[in-house]
Amino acid sequence: MSGRVLVGVKRVIDYAVKIRVKPDNSGVVTDGVKHSMNPFCEIAVEEAVKLKEKKLIKEVVAVSCGPQQAQETIRTALAMGADRGIHVQVTGKDYETLGPLQVSKILAALAKKEDAQLIILGKQAIDDDCNQTGQMTAALLDWPQGTFASEVSMEGDKLKVVREIDGGLEMIKINTPAVVSADLRLNTPRYATLPNIMKAKKKKIANVNPADLGVDLTSRVEILRVDEPPQRQAGVKVETVDDLVGKLKDTGRI
Amino acid sequence: INTAKKKRRVLHPSVCRSLSALAELPEMHQILRQTCRDYADKELAPIAAKLDKEHSYPAKQIQELGAMGVMAMEVPEEFGGAGMDYLAYSVAMEEISRGCASTGVIVSVNNSLYIGPILKFGTEEQKKQWITPFTTGEKVGCFALSEPGNGSDAGAASTVASQDGDEWVLNGTKAWITNCWDASATVVFATTDKKLKHKCILVPMPHPGLSLGKKEDKLGIRASSTANIILEDCRIPLGNMLGPRGAGFKIAMQTLDSGRIGIASQALGIAQASLDCAADYAQKRNAFGAPIAKLQAIQFKLADMAVASLLRDSKKPFTKEAAMAKLAASEAATYCAHQAIQILGGMGFVTDMPAERHYRDARITEIYEGTSEIQRLVIAGQLLKEYQQ
Repeated sequence: MSGRVLVGVKRVIDYAVKIRVKPDNSGVVTDGVKHSMNPFCEIAVEEAVKLKEKKLIKEVVAVSCGPQQAQETIRTALAMGADRGIHVQVTGKDYETLGPLQVSKILAALAKKEDAQLIILGKQAIDDDCNQTGQMTAALLDWPQGTFASEVSMEGDKLKVVREIDGGLEMIKINTPAVVSADLRLNTPRYATLPNIMKAKKKKIANVNPADLGVDLTSRVEILRVDEPPQRQAGVKVETVDDLVGKLKDTGRI
Repeated sequence: INTAKKKRRVLHPSVCRSLSALAELPEMHQILRQTCRDYADKELAPIAAKLDKEHSYPAKQIQELGAMGVMAMEVPEEFGGAGMDYLAYSVAMEEISRGCASTGVIVSVNNSLYIGPILKFGTEEQKKQWITPFTTGEKVGCFALSEPGNGSDAGAASTVASQDGDEWVLNGTKAWITNCWDASATVVFATTDKKLKHKCILVPMPHPGLSLGKKEDKLGIRASSTANIILEDCRIPLGNMLGPRGAGFKIAMQTLDSGRIGIASQALGIAQASLDCAADYAQKRNAFGAPIAKLQAIQFKLADMAVASLLRDSKKPFTKEAAMAKLAASEAATYCAHQAIQILGGMGFVTDMPAERHYRDARITEIYEGTSEIQRLVIAGQLLKEYQQ
């Protein structure tokens, strides 16, 4: 067992930024807009670093797919305690159409190349909210998956994962190697300490081409148009519960 | 008066400024800035009003900052510090102060005024004893130079350290000492009997012969303690002297030179906080049927505040530039805070909004670590020197 964990980290538009649609409706404005690490990816990094501090795994490798700026996101992961980084270079049109399927293929290829024991990802990215990469990666590798994790622990050579599901909490035990996707309550990501920020400067980030991994970046998804959500309409106040039921029936809601 | 129909967007000045500043900073410093900003936004800003109201020392936050390495930023790792540079310290100070100016001054005094001189002039042994325990946030230090009888005229110090066998005996009173009620050690400046040769002595706190005056009830930075330190036959081992005999004045001046950048950064942080507060309010508050942000007069004020802040960014730790930075930044802070209250109107005058606290916190930056008048003298002095060369 290599004791190696791959953590995927995605560079997304910062959660506090007001999103604007491009005038040609082809996408959202990203130029000059503040970006940061996807919040669920932060939680994934924190969990990996915690596992290393508990000596359950030996090495944390942060992976990001994208243009040059993706390196900033990897450095943040290194400052939080990851040991080294892999920057998979994807630029231009390929980057615009990069989606969960291609990223999963990349992660699967890297997992085999790096002999990873565990892949931890955020459950979804706050820009596309796909919630697919973790599941697809596990399927491509034919590994078990523990998604929406709110708790992760090792029990012998099995991974115990508590999952947040619609009905409440579900506990599963899966074999490793496995894929885990982090949910909100898994942990509270640490503030990087200044010595770790300094150390991050010296940690290595390897550059990799998707072609070298044998991955085809062609997208099966075509974006036709991006629009702002419709303006929120004013609500209607009703006096009684009967009125409410009546209104709901009238508008075909029930 | 512009109506709501006008589509032209006002580019948020703080976005402008932070973009330009971010574009210039090296990557590590950007990560540092973001880390400190996140900490300030989440842990300091929400409690700043309460700390101010209750005059309470943020012990928990100081320890958390210590764990991050912020309490000893330039100290080499071998002594327990973060091993970072001046630019990093400046960036951190600005972001921390933006969240809470009181926390900022506590961080600044520990870094620049207490650890600063020991790092520069101390022996290896002194560094281990007097710096390492003060890097974690568990202990903080303070700087005792000013006296009731002299502030700007530092050379007129009358606190005396006379030698008696293998001890110094200290007598005198120091005034306006930030952190002293929460400190575990102080750097004291004293003279030798009747001669004007100054000494710099490390004194642990508490210690027999050292007592603290009552806490000053200040206009601003209220969560940090400020009081007199009274020395009455306070006996200290000879080995606690910092640097060579007679170097005290030089140590004090060099320390203040460096400390200036910390305070300049603190002032910028306060200015930024005022700007954020005012711009946010201006975009939400409606008057005459539109957000007041669209009123030209308000736009002019915001622009002036942004320009004042931009021009005051200086990161070079040289005497003239440091003095210029401190002078300009502190005046920008008071200007921005003043304008912020003006923009908020009545709301700026009450404690519901942070503008009044920024106004009170900003005021001291023009006074401590060298008054604006002293800064002008320093700048003029350096300028004239340059012309003479």
